[in-house]
Amino acid sequence: MGKPYYIEEDLFKFGNITEFQPELGKKFFSYYNAVFEEGALTEREKALIALAVSHTVQCPYCIDAYTTASLEKGADEEQMMEAIHVAAAIRGGASLVHGVQMMNKAKEISM
Amino acid sequence: MSEATKSLKSRKHRLASSFIQLKVLNDNGHSNGEAYSFEGKLHAAGHYPLKPLKTEILQVNIGKMCNQTCRHCHVDAGPDRKEIMTREVMQQCIDAVKNSDFNTVDLTGGAPEMNPDFRWFVEKLDKAGVNIIVRCNLTIILANPRYYDLPEFYKTHNVVIISSLPHYSARRTDAQRGEGVFAKSIQVLKMLNEVGYGMDGSGLELHLVYNPSGAYLPPSQESLKKDFKRRLKSDFDIEFNDLYAITNMPISRFLDYLIQSGNYDAYTDKLLEAFNPLAIDGLMCRNTVSVGWDGYLYDCDFNQMLDLKIGDKAPLHISEFDEEMMLSRTIITNQHCFGCTAGSGSSCGGEIA
Repeated sequence: MGKPYYIEEDLFKFGNITEFQPELGKKFFSYYNAVFEEGALTEREKALIALAVSHTVQCPYCIDAYTTASLEKGADEEQMMEAIHVAAAIRGGASLVHGVQMMNKAKEISM
Repeated sequence: MSEATKSLKSRKHRLASSFIQLKVLNDNGHSNGEAYSFEGKLHAAGHYPLKPLKTEILQVNIGKMCNQTCRHCHVDAGPDRKEIMTREVMQQCIDAVKNSDFNTVDLTGGAPEMNPDFRWFVEKLDKAGVNIIVRCNLTIILANPRYYDLPEFYKTHNVVIISSLPHYSARRTDAQRGEGVFAKSIQVLKMLNEVGYGMDGSGLELHLVYNPSGAYLPPSQESLKKDFKRRLKSDFDIEFNDLYAITNMPISRFLDYLIQSGNYDAYTDKLLEAFNPLAIDGLMCRNTVSVGWDGYLYDCDFNQMLDLKIGDKAPLHISEFDEEMMLSRTIITNQHCFGCTAGSGSSCGGEIA
């Protein structure tokens, strides 16, 4: 069996992306860390948003990281699953709302 | 009896040996290959050798016997443990308190109430005029009719109660402390509220302890306290005073859990990465002395479970307690100490940094 595309340990090597382009990498991490600091939103709210987005972009690294972060910021399992339902609702809704476009087009070309 | 309800000791598990536990803790560097030691971190932070600041709290572990077998227990306590403190050693603790600056005695176990001399000890300590803390697991009060009057007994002696409730949900509490523990804990918290514990203006203190139900660090104590206050009030009409967030120490049954669940490396890496030198000043080993059921002295309850005794030449016993000697000692540290310095730090009183 070949190597998997996603390797769990690679999550902890995220910082190594600065190896090939230090300047942009450092700018990114500085921005990234600032984003997750407590602000108008709490750290917990930000972790839950990140958890939902992780499921939308379907990034296994992000899902692992923000499951742990959500628990460490005091979210409970119910809140975490509700956050994922929000992501799912928007994804489903985004498909279905285009149904209007389909209906418009169908009506446009139909007698 | 299922495996989960037995102590490591009665299962003859290899981690029942403190020697093996220390070997496991010292065999591993960071997963990135970097070697590290707690002693090295203390050196780098200018705190080596680690010294006590004062003798304030005498924490007395009066026995390993318990009605519960929590999955994370660092004591490896349970119904099958028989080691308990005798009245003679309790008297030696009282004498040490009278002849020193200790202002608080913190009783722990096991379930300290299961020691037949527990009430005698509390009454004597109350007469000696010290503050008394009991680390009560809550469910013991319902375990047998002879414990039903404990809330009144605690009230009579103005005991401060500190109780574990890892979460305001049954799911997480029962996962850590055993099936049905949450419902019983809630019932006992109501009994304690009824006699005045945790209620405004009563002067009777009831504090809860949160610790993670898994291989992750605790959230901020302040935000968690607000959640607990809100949920316990709205769901069960329960009041309490403070909440202490405590990090799980990678020893004994929690160490077994970490290894069995494949979380050991990631958890110990996490503790190392979260090392916070600002937590060193508030470490509980700097104002506390811990006494084992047999009277031997330790820098903390965790060192006690790892059998790391105080004493340069010979182990020191409470009967030989000498405050001056105690204040000049060097605190014994090892790799498990990263558990007390991670993030906001951790002690028997919660966050420290």
